Amino acid sequence: MSWEVVIGLEVHVQVNTKTKAFCGCSTAFGAEPNTQTCPVCLGMPGQLPVLNMDAVTKTVLTGLAIDATINLESRFDRKNYFYPDLPKGYQISQFAIPLVEHGHLDIPVGGGEKRIGITRIHLEEDAGKSLHEGLEGVSHIDLNRSGIPLMEIVSEPDMRSADEAVAYLKQLHQLVRFLDVSDADMEKGQFRCDANVSVRRPGQPFGTRTELKNLNSFRFIKQAIEYEAMRQIELIEDGGKVVQETRLFDSTKGVTRSMRSKEEAHDYRYFPEPDLPPLRLEREQVEQIRRGMPELPAQMRRRFEQEYGLSSYDAEVLTQTRELAAWYESLAAAHPADPKRCANWLANELLGRLKESGRDIVDSPVSAQQLAGLLDRIADNTISGKIAKDVLDAMIESGEDADAIIEARGLKQVTDTTAIDDMIREVMAANPEQVAQYKAGKEKLFGFFVGQVMKASRGKANPAMVNERLKVLLRE
Amino acid sequence: MRPSSDRGFDAMNVDVMKVAMLARIRLTKDEADELGPQLNKILAYVDKLSGIDTEDVPPTAHPHDVAMPLRADVVSNGNRRDELLAPAPEVENGLYVVPKVIE
Repeated sequence: MSWEVVIGLEVHVQVNTKTKAFCGCSTAFGAEPNTQTCPVCLGMPGQLPVLNMDAVTKTVLTGLAIDATINLESRFDRKNYFYPDLPKGYQISQFAIPLVEHGHLDIPVGGGEKRIGITRIHLEEDAGKSLHEGLEGVSHIDLNRSGIPLMEIVSEPDMRSADEAVAYLKQLHQLVRFLDVSDADMEKGQFRCDANVSVRRPGQPFGTRTELKNLNSFRFIKQAIEYEAMRQIELIEDGGKVVQETRLFDSTKGVTRSMRSKEEAHDYRYFPEPDLPPLRLEREQVEQIRRGMPELPAQMRRRFEQEYGLSSYDAEVLTQTRELAAWYESLAAAHPADPKRCANWLANELLGRLKESGRDIVDSPVSAQQLAGLLDRIADNTISGKIAKDVLDAMIESGEDADAIIEARGLKQVTDTTAIDDMIREVMAANPEQVAQYKAGKEKLFGFFVGQVMKASRGKANPAMVNERLKVLLRE
Repeated sequence: MRPSSDRGFDAMNVDVMKVAMLARIRLTKDEADELGPQLNKILAYVDKLSGIDTEDVPPTAHPHDVAMPLRADVVSNGNRRDELLAPAPEVENGLYVVPKVIE
């Protein structure tokens, strides 16, 4: 009999506000340690937290985008635990009544879609950072991150494979970036995931789950879940029992291991945060936030297919990020004659070249206007598609316009019949044997002549015209 | 070790040593023996509240009936590192130094 894996995910998303959740300290990434702190986020006695309005707005916007209930009255609670990077000895979080509940996200699954329930989104504050590397017997603490607002997005245990979990996370990652509620840079820890994993026989009640931590890339998430499911199955099949515990994923060894020390302290003794009254929102405030909702990835994909006539694959690729989609739209506006040509040149040629050097569209040395300039020259037959690829290389290299490069390198396509005829006659004169064979019926040689003429023109002859004129002249 | 119930510590039978451990307070056996019954008495007293019928009473979230004031997202604090690190027992390169805490 087969096993079924059951997965629920808790994702911590750093809200991209300029200041922290409860004080006016900057959240800018990469600052010198402990230069962005104040008595509030350091947990000094007698300080009062004041909630950041934008953190609320962005959490509500996220809630609306997943079609959730926005609680017009929500509360904050203290989650108590001791750790040196948590200066107050508690984290301000939302326990009893979160800001957002009962939403869902549709994820692509094998050609179809699957709806994943989202239990809740609550607003909380981040802890500081502990540094251990290269230190003997001590740890170093940087509290710049202490108090940065986080949305904790908790899913229902609705996923049934590591691939579904990754699909959900990618969808969520794309969503928060489109909404501009988070930069969600995983390398900077702005989008962090814990996974609850259990196994069962299909149709049976849920098994005992373990919680996996330290999953900081899509690849590790897949590896960790697959390893953990296999570990649980083997354990049960060998007559053992899964213990409910927190396990840490070790990405170098590809295994999960128990974090026993975490278990003992697993009693957070939540209680209402006395320093913060309930958060109350008016229905009208929520509606105003809803009116500011940008176009979401799924809507944008459909629009790209309809408005630009793109394939669903191209629409998918070009809506991966807001920046890329905006880039495509500028390109299509600047070269309106052929939106599909725009899609091909952006997705295949430009992005491919940028990726080779580890760059993203936002780092492109070629602007949308400049790429449109290149595509115009293909459209008006100034250059062939093949030459255009070389021109694009040169544009990336130099940042110059296509026209300047075509002019400077003399790449303009030859479309003058007389010039092409001259080249054909030269080629025929140089290869009398092949001409004779062709005329005797060896038509396969036609390709040979095309090649020779193109070579003589150094690729600049218009290939369609070469074909046409060759047919005429070889028949003479 | 007796686990705590969902609504807090099980009145009358609180595990003093566990509470002390969670609060990072070191207790001797004698202190625990003395404080345990006292804590249980306090909880039993507070537990009288559970006997009150609150069916028609809306839950009190906060003693003052005020809504939360919110703050605009504008940076208002600058770098006060030297001043704020000054009270720390040990500091190195602008970082707080604490006993090793890695798992």
